[in-house]
Amino acid sequence: MRAFTYERATSPAQAAAAVTQQPGAKFLAGGTNLLDLMKLEIETPRHLVDVQDLKLDTIAATEDGGLRIGALVTNTTLAADARVRRDYGVLTRAIVAGASGQLRNKATTAGNLLQRTRCPYFYDTNQPCNKRKPGSGCAALGGYSRQLAVIGTSEQCIATYPGDMAIALRVLDATVETVAADGRTRRIAIADFHRLPGDTPQRDTALEPGELITAVTLPKPLGGRHVYRKVRDRASYAFALVSVAAVIQRDGTGRVAFGGVAPKPWRVEAAEATLPEGARGVSARVFADARPTEDNRFKIPLAERTLAAVIAQAKA
Amino acid sequence: MKFDTPAGTNPIDRLQVVGQPTDRIDGPLKTTGTAPYAYERHDVAPNQAYGYIVSAGIAKGRISSMDTREAERAPGVLAIVTTLEHAKPLPLGKMNVAHLFGGAEVAHYHQAIALVVAETFEQARAAAALIRTTYARSDGRFDLAKAALSAGYEPIDDEAPNPQDVERVGDFAAAFAKAPVTVDQTYTTPGESHAMMEPFATIAAWEGEKLTVWTSNQMIAWSKASLAKILSIKPENLRIDSPFIGGGFGGKLFVRADAVLAALGAKKAGRAVKVAMQRPLMMNNSTHRPATIQHVRLGATRDGRLTAIHHSSTSSNLPGGGPEVAVQQTKLIYAAPNREYWLKLAVTDLPEGNAMRAPGEAPGLMVLEMAMDELAEKLAMDPVELRIVNDTLVDPAKPERRFSQRHLVECLRTGADRFGWSHRQAKPAQVRDGPWLVGMGMAVGFRNNLLQKSAARIKLGGDGKLTVETDMTDIGTGTYTILAQTAAEMLGVPIGDVMVKLGDSDFPASAGSGGQWGANNSTAGLYAACVKLREAVAQKLGFNASDATFAGGQVKAGNRSLPLVQAGPLTAEDGIEYGTLDKQYQQSTFAGHFVEVGVDAYTGETRIRRMLAVCDAGRIINPKSARSQVIGAMTMGAGAALMEELAVDKRFGFFVNHDLASYEVPVHADIPHQEVIFLDYPDDKSSPMKAKGVGELGICGVGAAIANAVYNATGVRVRDYPITLDKHLEKLPAIA
Ligand SMILES: Cc1cc2nc3c(=O)[nH]c(=O)nc-3n(C[C@H](O)[C@H](O)[C@H](O)COP(=O)(O)OP(=O)(O)OC[C@H]3O[C@@H](n4cnc5c(N)ncnc54)[C@H](O)[C@@H]3O)c2cc1C
Ligand code: SF4
Repeated sequence: MRAFTYERATSPAQAAAAVTQQPGAKFLAGGTNLLDLMKLEIETPRHLVDVQDLKLDTIAATEDGGLRIGALVTNTTLAADARVRRDYGVLTRAIVAGASGQLRNKATTAGNLLQRTRCPYFYDTNQPCNKRKPGSGCAALGGYSRQLAVIGTSEQCIATYPGDMAIALRVLDATVETVAADGRTRRIAIADFHRLPGDTPQRDTALEPGELITAVTLPKPLGGRHVYRKVRDRASYAFALVSVAAVIQRDGTGRVAFGGVAPKPWRVEAAEATLPEGARGVSARVFADARPTEDNRFKIPLAERTLAAVIAQAKA
Repeated sequence: MKFDTPAGTNPIDRLQVVGQPTDRIDGPLKTTGTAPYAYERHDVAPNQAYGYIVSAGIAKGRISSMDTREAERAPGVLAIVTTLEHAKPLPLGKMNVAHLFGGAEVAHYHQAIALVVAETFEQARAAAALIRTTYARSDGRFDLAKAALSAGYEPIDDEAPNPQDVERVGDFAAAFAKAPVTVDQTYTTPGESHAMMEPFATIAAWEGEKLTVWTSNQMIAWSKASLAKILSIKPENLRIDSPFIGGGFGGKLFVRADAVLAALGAKKAGRAVKVAMQRPLMMNNSTHRPATIQHVRLGATRDGRLTAIHHSSTSSNLPGGGPEVAVQQTKLIYAAPNREYWLKLAVTDLPEGNAMRAPGEAPGLMVLEMAMDELAEKLAMDPVELRIVNDTLVDPAKPERRFSQRHLVECLRTGADRFGWSHRQAKPAQVRDGPWLVGMGMAVGFRNNLLQKSAARIKLGGDGKLTVETDMTDIGTGTYTILAQTAAEMLGVPIGDVMVKLGDSDFPASAGSGGQWGANNSTAGLYAACVKLREAVAQKLGFNASDATFAGGQVKAGNRSLPLVQAGPLTAEDGIEYGTLDKQYQQSTFAGHFVEVGVDAYTGETRIRRMLAVCDAGRIINPKSARSQVIGAMTMGAGAALMEELAVDKRFGFFVNHDLASYEVPVHADIPHQEVIFLDYPDDKSSPMKAKGVGELGICGVGAAIANAVYNATGVRVRDYPITLDKHLEKLPAIA
């Protein structure tokens, strides 16, 4: 870990300004991802702006019947919120499928969205990795890629977005609210929030340097059955090989997003029309452009079968 | 004490304390966080500095240069030790294959190349990242399947008649060709990591020529000799202390880089230095269970009698390393007149392969017992019956050599009964429970009982309390408790009156913890010391030692009775040494493993539902800690069957998943109800304790029982461990 300076921000705009003004500065929320990466010198910020005092830790109803979730609401609080459990069950289920109780107590909504890939080569600083060190190459291509993405990848990077919560947010059409150093605010649709790697895999999201997430908003409830199914080699405390977040209505129509398969939560709205006919058609459409490796080819049939399980569960 | 004839009746047979399910006497220390584990021993040496290990970033080649200037100037840095300070590698310690430090040559990934010593851990870590190392890479051999093509034969054990060849009994080829029912399959098992909770950790301090290391090590006497050799110091100038060990599983049998670097760092810094190996280095810096490619061919008559057994295994290691002896158990487990085994060893430049819990048997039985399941199916025979029909009470190659005890059939019958085996559907993929495909599987567990000499000292204090001293280790196994039980039984005092001190190289040398030999041998060594103490007590109190009984704190003979405390203080020291009972008799431990799994019909995820092991392992000294050992081993077997695999990058030559996030071991949610039954037949050929090992038996065979249950659930046979969902997903029954 490199030596760094530290401050506690007093207001969102001030936090954004502090990070914008200092080269190599980063926000610190729960620290459960950032500090781990700093210890391995995968992240080497020179200055940390701690956002814990910003009072962005409440969940409030919005005027259009949805919820605004403060950026610092912990995963535990969010998953346990009665309104979330009642109206957005897929979100609660996705959150509690992730990490462990201790981590969820510390992890924040914004930090969770911004957690970085778990590609094992990203974690090993001896290895080439375009995401960690632009231009150095991608060790995962041609290497051990069982966990990595099958779609949305590029020649530069095949990493997976590893999180669970964001898959549910994607199916719920959440919006990320931000503030910049100059006080300007922005609303970014969750669909546009995470980026595909293309030629710049070092950039995971649409955020500008210094842009602070203040909240995530959920539109009004969708009704229907909310299912989150996470498939993994062990029963708990592992990242998804594949996950499916779905909201399915009584008539079989609905929405579905996939995790563990792409550099971002993967949802193809156009494929959802055939949801009432079952998993096969949806999956074929969603993964039509997939470019798996030998190691992770299984994720495509697995995604289809997991969706079938989700549909069956929603019907039951 | 020489143990060369079967044990007669002795005071242990009273079973007032021994044999009772006793809580761990060290439990309160552990649950209160006060057990002194190596890295937290802040009190043993003043002014401790922190060491941080720098490791090689390539798998094979030479270091061209190391620039430490920037690191030396970094805040808090006290000393930097680099491998280039040594012209050549430091000598190897016992059983080390790859050198631990010294010289420019890199033999494997993450080999230690420097230690940075600083005032704080954070400073050492930060400075370590400032060392600039350049390498000249060379090509390495990283693919077992490829290397296997040029592998050579290796002896299976010391008794191999012709070590460089195939070991044969009868005429395998002819019998196999004639057999009406056969199995002929190739299987693979992956490399596995010990992944113990406590990493390698050492504090080292010098006083002049004298070095003390507080470390975490399973084998104190071996390691004392090894570390002295590696550091070129006199053994009498070295003391090792390792009273608590947070898991080892064979990874801590030998000296590792932490101890060497702490000693070198402490010398250079002129301060006590503590080093814990960073978690991401654990998998590649140290040793692992080697991957194997195994071939089994079984021939049987239509009524299920084996006529021919072939088992061969190929593994790889660094130059000078040994093979994974995966065929060992096959020499002894089933009767069959025609037999053939071989082992081959290939050379690769992956990290060092070495002992991990039940080396040989663990991966060997994962394969052999899957092949037996395949044979049972071909025979349309119950898998339990197939094992029973082929049971043997003698060493199949030397029929005059009987097993000292063998109740495998009883293990199997009891297990089948208790598990409800009769409800198993022989035809696979028949049982559904909602989305789950449900199946049952079984396998035999087998592991030898090894006799090793072991010594101990016992002191009777003036207060009537006993103190046991031996360099034996407790690697979480319960050694403290079983030694206290042994002393309490022998001297007739409550267990609370016994204090046990372990892991100090100044104490009498014990068998150490390895090969599931610790419990039987270390208690037998203490038994010998206790016999001596009883003699001394009797003499002091004026009794005839052979008439005296020790009970309730009293020594009695005839109608005379005196309190034991009157004899104190007294000290006795002795050890156990063995004659040839283990040559005359085959001494082994046995288990029947039964498992029920559910496989998600949609996703192919396997989740274990129930596990039962019925164990025949001599007298069980402490059923509670023995049960802990067996369920822990079953858990490790579940990992081996379903998820554990060191993923090899065949281009860059290293294990990619080198942390506990990516090398998955079972978590609590993976482990359901586990039951263990001990048959508890004292074995008078094993030692005066009549006990045997159990710490490894639990992992032997359980992986195959799980695999066979998965097959019974799905009808898809996966012969490449671990059985992850991708390997059977697309062959699962169609989903509705
Ligand atoms: C062992 C382990 C297992 C895990 N398993 C799972 C799992 O199964 N599923 C899963 O989904 N996750 C898992 N996680 C990841 C975990 O969910 C994340 O670490 C956590 O959500 C991050 O939140 P945080 O508040 O601690 O973020 P931090 O570590 O504080 O920050 C993460 C990033 O977000 C930035 N940031 C923080 N707040 C803001 C803000 N308001 N605006 C802009 N940028 C900000 C930081 O600068 C940093 O780059 C696991 C983590 C660990 C350590
Ligand atoms: S897949 Fe992406 S994160 Fe992984 S090594 Fe390649 S560039 Fe790095």
